[in-house]
Amino acid sequence: MSRLRTLNYDAIVIGGGGAGMRAALQLTESGVKTACITKVFPTRSHTVSAQGGITCAIASADPNDDWRWHMYDTVKGSDYIGDQDAIEYMCSVGPQAVFELDHMGLPFSRTEEGRIYQRPFGGQSKGPDDPTQASRTCAAADRTGHALLHALYQGNLKGGTTFLNEWYAVDLVKNQKGDVVGVIAICIETGETVYVKAKATVMATGGAGRIFQSTTNALINTGDGSGMALRAGFPAQDMEMWQFHPTGIYGAGTLVTEGCRGEGGYLINSEGERFMERYAPNAKDLAGRDVVARSMVLEILEGRGCGPDKDHVLLKLDHLGEETLNLRLPGICELSKTFAHVDPVKAPVPVVPTCHYMMGGIPTTIGGEAITQDANGVDQIVNGLYACGEAACVSVHGANRLGGNSLLDLVVFGRAAGLQIEKSIREGISHDDASESDIEMSLSRLDRLNSSTSGESMAEVKAELQKTMQLYFGVFREGESMQKGLKLLDELGERIKNVHLEDKSNAFNTARIEALELENLYEVAYATAVSAEERKESRGAHARNDFTERDDENWLKHSIYFPNEKRVGKRDVNFAPKTVEAFPPKVRSY
Amino acid sequence: MLVSIYRYNPEKDQTPFMEDINIDIPEGKDLMVLDVLHLLKEKDSSVAYRRSCREGVCGSDGLNMNGKNGLACITPLSDVVKKDKLVIRPLPGLPVIRDLVVDMSMFYKQYEKIKPFLINDTPAPAIERLQSPEDREKLDGLYECILCACCSTACPSFWWNPDKFVGPSGLLQAYRFLADSRDTAQDERLADLDDPFSVFRCRGIMNCVSVCPKGLNPTKAIGHIRNMLMQRST
Amino acid sequence: MVASVTSLGRNGLYDWMIQRVSAVVLAAYSVFIIGYLALTPELTYEAWSGLFAGTCMRIFSLLALLCLGAHAWVGLWTISTDYMKATGVRFIFQAACGVVMFAYVAWGILVIWGL
Repeated sequence: MSRLRTLNYDAIVIGGGGAGMRAALQLTESGVKTACITKVFPTRSHTVSAQGGITCAIASADPNDDWRWHMYDTVKGSDYIGDQDAIEYMCSVGPQAVFELDHMGLPFSRTEEGRIYQRPFGGQSKGPDDPTQASRTCAAADRTGHALLHALYQGNLKGGTTFLNEWYAVDLVKNQKGDVVGVIAICIETGETVYVKAKATVMATGGAGRIFQSTTNALINTGDGSGMALRAGFPAQDMEMWQFHPTGIYGAGTLVTEGCRGEGGYLINSEGERFMERYAPNAKDLAGRDVVARSMVLEILEGRGCGPDKDHVLLKLDHLGEETLNLRLPGICELSKTFAHVDPVKAPVPVVPTCHYMMGGIPTTIGGEAITQDANGVDQIVNGLYACGEAACVSVHGANRLGGNSLLDLVVFGRAAGLQIEKSIREGISHDDASESDIEMSLSRLDRLNSSTSGESMAEVKAELQKTMQLYFGVFREGESMQKGLKLLDELGERIKNVHLEDKSNAFNTARIEALELENLYEVAYATAVSAEERKESRGAHARNDFTERDDENWLKHSIYFPNEKRVGKRDVNFAPKTVEAFPPKVRSY
Repeated sequence: MLVSIYRYNPEKDQTPFMEDINIDIPEGKDLMVLDVLHLLKEKDSSVAYRRSCREGVCGSDGLNMNGKNGLACITPLSDVVKKDKLVIRPLPGLPVIRDLVVDMSMFYKQYEKIKPFLINDTPAPAIERLQSPEDREKLDGLYECILCACCSTACPSFWWNPDKFVGPSGLLQAYRFLADSRDTAQDERLADLDDPFSVFRCRGIMNCVSVCPKGLNPTKAIGHIRNMLMQRST
Repeated sequence: MVASVTSLGRNGLYDWMIQRVSAVVLAAYSVFIIGYLALTPELTYEAWSGLFAGTCMRIFSLLALLCLGAHAWVGLWTISTDYMKATGVRFIFQAACGVVMFAYVAWGILVIWGL
């Protein structure tokens, strides 16, 4: 038919990180003809950088631990805009998903009893009535993400999953009815462009931290899935909610796990004061990440930052002793020596809040089905499109994610999406084929780039975009400055449409991929900006100087951004878990 | 600083060549080699290399820098640059796709050959399979491998027989599963390694140990495998 | 895992052990001979042939000879599989090595046992 070769699958998973590989494994094991399309070899995905662990009530550290306590913590951590049915699902099936990982071979650290080692992480309690710090984060030293990603890849090798490694998905293909029927993808090695046809297309493309100048995210975290969905006209939810991790290494941006504080490390300012005692008298350094990050910025703004420019604070670890550091935090010691030139055994590590995680994303059901709204604001399932992991917004993280919940999100909802697709395919889903012109439409972006003769430099525009986001949409936000930022983004949008691809060669042309990624970054950045400007309150990670209070009356809602109209609507938060009473909104204090 | 970089574009170049480019290094900063590649790519967008995490955990940017394999993202210039010159080549011994990008399929094939997944035929318990801290400790120094291929592509035995010798990285992983108390396929795994090539091509040259960016010791793991093979057969 | 193997022990472990054990025997033999040469001030034909007339010495020599053959075979076979990628060349080289090794061992036996 068209000028492209067509590959045909029942299901395709875009992204070979934790969520994508968990979904692919589920699908392959249940006999669904599946391919996992990934722009890097799977073990190079950003899941590999997760350090501290996977939070889950497996009752190892505390035999009386209860998933409902974990659920309460997550709801509270989300500042009450996490969907409680989804959080209930994640926390209750979590243990099963974690045990599966152990059975798959993940080398968890162990307790004397031979069970999985759990460490304390931020925002963990023993339920609504007992604020005692819990230890609920299952860890493989401080390399949990690496261990998890490799275990999942190994599981997929065992299961016989088909991987299209180093293939880059460019855009979704929609049929005339608006159903998603696959993607256009480039084989990076040869440069061949292919239409990959599928009944179910899963976006497991991870986050987009690279919209900010300073981020813990890998260079590949360019929001490709969100970008593709937005360009195809599908909405994105809670895009204003970006987590700034309290401890990115000053200067380099590399992550230092919250587990450091879980193991007993704490933050100090230039006066050597453990300042978190003032901001969160009970949880101190293990308060929610948004709370700690804001406290750090306030310390710096009030002149108590460290270093010659007084622009960071210090993470003190040396009191833990060399033995503990080497046993529990070996990777941190390595990273700190490499990127901060500091040995944590001897001196504190300079840290600064750094963009870390996208709480928002493609709104989905628990089974990963993408959601949009009709003209009356009623939820509608998008046929053929699914999402899981950081790219999705189920939403279990609401306005602020708790440490260790991202890895749990990956495996629980990767698996759930797999189960849902398996069910749908068994029940028999079929979509109309995409027409020639539908495919051409999805190729237009690529065609424009490939035929560009002059225009903007990719690197320059990208740097400008990242600077704008950092400056106007960072830890603290304010209406007027955000409007200014939006104006700058509008200008940048014009420039991005005009980016020039100098090198038109086919074999492993990374310049082409980077130019395509830039457009995804822009889609995500723009959605973030519009949503942030619209939410006129402070909640979780979204802190506004002009609206400093949480406004439950108007904003106990998801924001939902519609790319075609560039409009932000509201979507109800779920307060109806199935087996427990909902946790009503309360003042959030640690 | 003078950067001499290996260039090859299969669509344009008959043969690979070294291109010399002068790069201004910002003062007072000890850049990583990967930062230099970014600077290079800003000048010439056609330079191809792999990169992802930029913090030494994903294993994308294994390269040969001034003659030694390592990860570009955690190799500071102060460690490698000699006489203000940096020579960057792709990992040796694997086919080059373009510039610094090598075809790693042979390397991955060897990894897949050792069955790099936990095998346990007993029914899984309702919780995790228990493992003592001492048994778990045996996996330290093994599971941390990031599959960057720095070791295998520094190994002469792998250069000569990349299709038959598993190579240091694959063997490190083979031992990672042999040493796992939760794995029950020890005998089957050992039987698969008993031929003259898979394990026994290791001559103890120890290039692998000297280049491993994660400080792991494949030679030691290979020694352990040999001992296990011996115990099994004698 | 790797099929169609024509090494001596028919598997890697035995080849490896053959090399190690034969190396030990050859080392012991060398040390003995060097020691004998050093400790025998006036080495005459009679003393030298007397040494090799004893049954023990003949067995020891035969053992060393066989070890040398095995050691050289495994070593050369390994080297040929490293460096000779063309099957024809490798086959001819290995066949030649085999013939030479056999000839030396047979000739050695003739010499040692004075047949």
